[in-house]
Amino acid sequence: MKVLVSVKRVIDYNVKVRVKSDGTGVETANVKMSMNPFDEIALEEAVRLKEAGIATEIIAVSCGLQACQETLRTALAIGADRAILVESGEELQPLAVAKILKAICQKETPQLVILGKQAIDDDSNQTGQMLAALLGWSQATFASKIVMDKGKAVVTREVDGGLETISIKLPAIVTTDLRLNEPRYVTLPNIMKAKKKPLETLKPDALGVDVAPRLQTIRVVEPPKRKAGVKVPDAKALVDKLRNEAKVI
Amino acid sequence: MAILVIAEHDHGTLKVATRNTVAAAQKIGGEIHVLVAGHNADGAARAAAQIAGVAKVLDAGAPQLGELLAENVAALVVALAKGYTHILAPATSNGKDVAPRIAALLDVQQISEIIAVESPDTFVRPIYAGNALATVKSRDAIKVITVRTTGFDAVASTGGNASIEKIEAPADSGLSSFVSREVSKSERPELTSAKIVVSGGRGMGSGENFKILEPLADKLNAAMGASRAAVDAGFVPNDWQVGQTGKIVAPDLYVAIGISGAIQHLAGMKDSRVIVAINKDEEAPIFQVADYGIVGDLFKLVPELVEELKK
Repeated sequence: MKVLVSVKRVIDYNVKVRVKSDGTGVETANVKMSMNPFDEIALEEAVRLKEAGIATEIIAVSCGLQACQETLRTALAIGADRAILVESGEELQPLAVAKILKAICQKETPQLVILGKQAIDDDSNQTGQMLAALLGWSQATFASKIVMDKGKAVVTREVDGGLETISIKLPAIVTTDLRLNEPRYVTLPNIMKAKKKPLETLKPDALGVDVAPRLQTIRVVEPPKRKAGVKVPDAKALVDKLRNEAKVI
Repeated sequence: MAILVIAEHDHGTLKVATRNTVAAAQKIGGEIHVLVAGHNADGAARAAAQIAGVAKVLDAGAPQLGELLAENVAALVVALAKGYTHILAPATSNGKDVAPRIAALLDVQQISEIIAVESPDTFVRPIYAGNALATVKSRDAIKVITVRTTGFDAVASTGGNASIEKIEAPADSGLSSFVSREVSKSERPELTSAKIVVSGGRGMGSGENFKILEPLADKLNAAMGASRAAVDAGFVPNDWQVGQTGKIVAPDLYVAIGISGAIQHLAGMKDSRVIVAINKDEEAPIFQVADYGIVGDLFKLVPELVEELKK
């Protein structure tokens, strides 16, 4: 069974994001970039499926600038067998990415596509669901457990009230939540091996996909800052403040 | 202009998130219809008809909608979409699951988790875990939107008198099926709509130790939450998580106990009206957003706090 995983290059989660002074976006120059953490979890799950003898081949796909090659090399080092970069200088919004991935799925015919539930830059949480819609496939979002079972995947999902388990028919889309697995560290020998694995580059045009953005960003601003308050010495003083100053209890 | 709001409900009752979403719809302006997709959800439909400002309730009851599987709900909404300029769902796990599927089927770019409406096509949404706010304008004919419930005060649950129209649902997609559900049972208020939230972090040390927060939550009639660290450590269930990828809350009072205040946690609670932090580390970042902080041992301070509240 072929498994496809999409990976996004985002500002590293440890970086304190700064809004540009002209309000056009956030500062990305000279900022550390990494693989979106949820995508790392998606890739780890695919590698585990391969190690369990269920997946036969893992294809990692990334959409964006040429620099996404780095992210794909990391994916190859974690355990993907080959990689595809769909290179574009456009701001790729979730619908455009879903259309690109659809075209690739039609070519590669994976039985399972695993994506991160959201990217930590735009926090959209859309691409997986959109891809499932465009392909007419089943979807299981926010997965915390995946069990493959004869043409089906039984997926436990993290939902508002607790956990929910659904069974989805393959081919299917799964998006990952935090507790699906703990991604492995990349080892040096695997980084070396990854350099020899195939990485193909395509353009959205070649896939027949129109990636023009539908949402126009008018401006980006910093949120109102909260001011640090006061330290109080003990529980008595705190209750007094809450009752008489903040009046919340 | 007509706006379709997808209701959040548990069949019998309607969730507050529905009324937050109706509030966002009112800001956009237009006739508001509420869709109750479910099975035996007439109770929720009747409650939706009472909501102030709702003109019509569409009650789609069918067995294949009973578990709110995204494939079936999306097919239903897409069949209705033609008559609407906007389709809104609350950014709950159900809303986030189904809305992008609807958007893609309509070939529109969804706008996720809006916190403000500037005009019928322009909205404000947080990005980078709330470290930046983007104002975006949609060029699509139908706007598919998820609404961050903390961004909009819920409209009144009464005062409306909408008609209820029964509608047919498309057949089961056959793509997915429900297996089981583990619902965390609690007598406490719901985390996302509680007026007061008491949350514990890694500093609690164990799941057992979370018990010391219970008398405090009882006394305050508070919901209980947790940081990602506490959930990852297995102290408490996943649905307690407050943060960028967990639940977003904005209660009147948020009490953070043994929580250091990682960026991703702050993203889930920094819009609370009053924040209290109890932490033994006086350098903990949580104190930079807390209105009132106490540096000290939580195992001593929490019981003291309960005693003070009794006075």
